[in-house]
Amino acid sequence: MTNSAVISVAGLGKSFGKLEVLKGIDLDLMPGEVLGVIGPSGSGKSTLIRCLNMMEVPTSGTIRFKGREVSSRFRGRGEAIGTGELRRKVGMVFQHFNLFPHLTVLGNVTAGPIKVLGEPRAEVEARAMDLLGQVGLADKARAYPAHLSGGQKQRVAIARALAMRPEVLLLDEVTSALDPELVGEVLAVIRRLADTGMTMVLITHEMGFAADVASRVLFMEGGRIAEQGSAEEILRKPESERLRAFLARFHA
Amino acid sequence: MTYHWDFFTVMQSFDLLLWGVWTTFLYTIGSIAIGVVVGAASCYARLSRFWWLRLISRSYQELFRCTPLLVQILWAYYALPMLLGVSISNTMAGLLTLSLYVGSFYAEIFRGGILALDKGQREASAAIGMSGLQSMRYVILPQAIKNMLPSFINQSVIQLKNTSLLYAISIAELTYMTSVVTSETYRPLEAYSLAAVLYFAMLFPLTQVADHFERRMRRSD
Repeated sequence: MTNSAVISVAGLGKSFGKLEVLKGIDLDLMPGEVLGVIGPSGSGKSTLIRCLNMMEVPTSGTIRFKGREVSSRFRGRGEAIGTGELRRKVGMVFQHFNLFPHLTVLGNVTAGPIKVLGEPRAEVEARAMDLLGQVGLADKARAYPAHLSGGQKQRVAIARALAMRPEVLLLDEVTSALDPELVGEVLAVIRRLADTGMTMVLITHEMGFAADVASRVLFMEGGRIAEQGSAEEILRKPESERLRAFLARFHA
Repeated sequence: MTYHWDFFTVMQSFDLLLWGVWTTFLYTIGSIAIGVVVGAASCYARLSRFWWLRLISRSYQELFRCTPLLVQILWAYYALPMLLGVSISNTMAGLLTLSLYVGSFYAEIFRGGILALDKGQREASAAIGMSGLQSMRYVILPQAIKNMLPSFINQSVIQLKNTSLLYAISIAELTYMTSVVTSETYRPLEAYSLAAVLYFAMLFPLTQVADHFERRMRRSD
């Protein structure tokens, strides 16, 4: 398969024991695209996004990163790309932040570039401070995660992922664990990232935000992509009855 | 009944007791050092994805945790040489048994400390491209060590006291030396009281350090 997709997924299946969570997903993620993924819980959204950086190893199908097949090993063999290299290029932000509590905010952001990429500390710290400035947390650089609000933690987690200079960013329900009044500050950061042309896949329950920021939206149900199209098509003019029912719950 | 305390006689053999303290100290440090290595290896094996490694590790742990240390020491010194057809010095038998014994407890302490961490920590470190070893070194262990430290120190305190069982195979640690002093001076009350004081003097500072660490950790949470 030769195309210009950053990530290209073909026939992706994933089962946990007897439970089949993903049933043949085909997907091409284009550079600069912001792909919104919506769907009811248990539809396989999270498993799909976690397969894209091999946090979950697919049971069947292939994933390619810039044309190179993704291996489930840390080091790839031959042309294949290993999970180590893949995850340096495909960053992830989690629902529950997962900041390293024993490191300061700055330590969290610099750990990857220093330990994994082996870049000089001074350079990395300067870049990290710049990133923390972008997410509005430069003054918290020396604080520990325990002393931050949920919204601040999530913004640090985004800065931590960006410090690796990823080509793709995966966002797994990054505002779901936040108090409602803290959602806006995190969405604003993602909004700005989208404007800079960052390629992103984001699972979200914020339909308004998806409509605003996503260039394409997938509606997942039962482990399949049930419907996809522009945000306008999917969210404003849903075709299937199931999607209409799903959206109705959010507009209510 | 009034007992006439006479520490003077016993104090004349104080150098023997000090020798015992020193030996106790060496066996404690030695067996803890080896025990940490054995425990770490056993913990690693327990967390392995290979079932046979888990089985071997589990069997070792249960064997040493579910039999009395005194029996293990006697077995290693008297029975094992018969089985292998080679002689084993009491130093070797004592050190080895103590190490394997404490290692089996350390292994579970280490494993508990690692498993108590949220799995999101491992995922987050993997998500920035860390290898399993890097994740262990920079993310998991620094947090896990904090979790395990109180139990680790507790087990190590017990370990120092357990060296007294080496008395049974004539190793010149504090309890054995006290019995030597007793037989020389006929002053068991003074001699064993002094031994208790010496054990206490070795361990009390250690438990205070442990408490201090525990308090400091709670503060940073």
